[in-house]
Amino acid sequence: MEQMTPVAFDLRTTPLRDVNAALHAPDLAGEFVIEHPAGAHNVAVGLDAPVTVTIDGHVGYYAAGMNQHAEVIINGNAGTGVAENMMSGSVWVKGNASQSAGATAHGGLLVIDGNAAARCGISMKGVDIVVGGDVGHMSAFMAQAGRLVIRGDAGEALGDSIYEARLYVRGDVASLGSDCVAKPMDAEHHRELEQLLKAAGFEDDDTSAYTRYGSARSLYHFHVDNASAY
Amino acid sequence: MCGIIGLHLRTPELYPRLGELLTGMLCEMGDRGSDSAGVAVYGDPTWSPPGQGCVSVVDLGTGETADVAQVTSSVATALGRSVDGVAVQDGYLLSAGAASEDLLIAVRSVYPQALVAGFGSDIAVLKGVGHPRMLTDGWGLEKAQGWQGVGHTRMATESAVTPAGCHPYAVGPSQCMVHNGSFANHATIRRELRSAGIPFDSENDTEVGARFIAALLSEGRDVEGALKELCGTFDGFYTLLVSNRDSFAVVRDAIACKPAVIAETDDWVAMGSEYRALAGLPGVEKARIWEPEPEVVYAWSR
Repeated sequence: MEQMTPVAFDLRTTPLRDVNAALHAPDLAGEFVIEHPAGAHNVAVGLDAPVTVTIDGHVGYYAAGMNQHAEVIINGNAGTGVAENMMSGSVWVKGNASQSAGATAHGGLLVIDGNAAARCGISMKGVDIVVGGDVGHMSAFMAQAGRLVIRGDAGEALGDSIYEARLYVRGDVASLGSDCVAKPMDAEHHRELEQLLKAAGFEDDDTSAYTRYGSARSLYHFHVDNASAY
Repeated sequence: MCGIIGLHLRTPELYPRLGELLTGMLCEMGDRGSDSAGVAVYGDPTWSPPGQGCVSVVDLGTGETADVAQVTSSVATALGRSVDGVAVQDGYLLSAGAASEDLLIAVRSVYPQALVAGFGSDIAVLKGVGHPRMLTDGWGLEKAQGWQGVGHTRMATESAVTPAGCHPYAVGPSQCMVHNGSFANHATIRRELRSAGIPFDSENDTEVGARFIAALLSEGRDVEGALKELCGTFDGFYTLLVSNRDSFAVVRDAIACKPAVIAETDDWVAMGSEYRALAGLPGVEKARIWEPEPEVVYAWSR
């Protein structure tokens, strides 16, 4: 394979828009490093090329949002909405993530080594998310498709109003949201979970320590018996 | 949005840098709202001389500005002892060898329409309309010293952009509150507090929270108990930072959609709406950094 020196951007000296514009150049390839993000918002958003972008430090809101094809590594914590609306590729947060991590994301893999705050995977639409630690309340709210793996505990109202996303939790769940129920772990679920854990670098986990949660599908259709509730 | 910040220094070596660090933190949060801003500084020897009762006045309410010597001499006559003061922009930081409550009564007797920003021991409160960069330059905040400070930069959503509508709200002795968010039932609670005889300076929702907390503290409740009571009484969205002379405390509402980041080292504890407000603090790369959990009160004391 061709050896390339990564192209480095220093956000202390280069404006963020210039960095993002450089990462949006046509036919982009190779490796990039972004230094000194200092909590800036919108770092490495809208990537659409099979490149590797490493961000050395903590980032603010919406880091790596709308990602397609790129592999983004964040050596630090991420603010609200990391990898929101990701379509493909991967985002790896080495620290913790704030609220709404992976919100509405359609595809790709989001790995958070530490904890994720409230609303992790809210309205997820096909993304795979693996959280090394705990997630906050209302995670996987209205989650439509994709898989969310939580190696620690989940906060209150997990999977509220969930559609067809699959949730795997190793630790305790403070409470389940409306229409979210525990489901049996069949052979296909063990296989699926094993692959997800392996992809995220947690291949030593015992899949039988996890519980699967998903939709009871009782909210899918309007019941006339409930009319008085409106 | 609004941005809030707080810095509680543990090592005296950093006391001379308090103002510089607060300025950087507050101005970084200017993107979250910049129609007005304010700070409370604890321990600056010029703004709040040690051992003195202090009152911070934003505006005398007379419709004209006055020389600081005129102000101190008028208030001294009412107080019956000498009063010191410094003018900071259009405001006055007054101090005297008397209880701050007595100094406050004297200020109000001379200037009944005055807008008082805060009172107590070792506290100076500055606030005004404008961008935090312009305001902090005008106050000379960078040169301020002390052991603790809090700040707020506002994007007004529910009441007027006036000095009375600016945070912080420092309505109890040496106390101060800043708020990111909005209280939904503030009008009801304001009515109840007013009927209990508590006066208000503004129609601002945060002032209701600050006066609610001050009332509980004056009844002898501790700050953690008072904040828990606030969580049970107020509807809405909030991240709050409540300080007094020796402590500061952070709490978020149950939904926790208003952001907050706390960082802690052996030398300081800091809170900001976003991490970037903390990114310039010395030693931040080794700090323990986390987001406060909903409805958990985090408090630190000297």
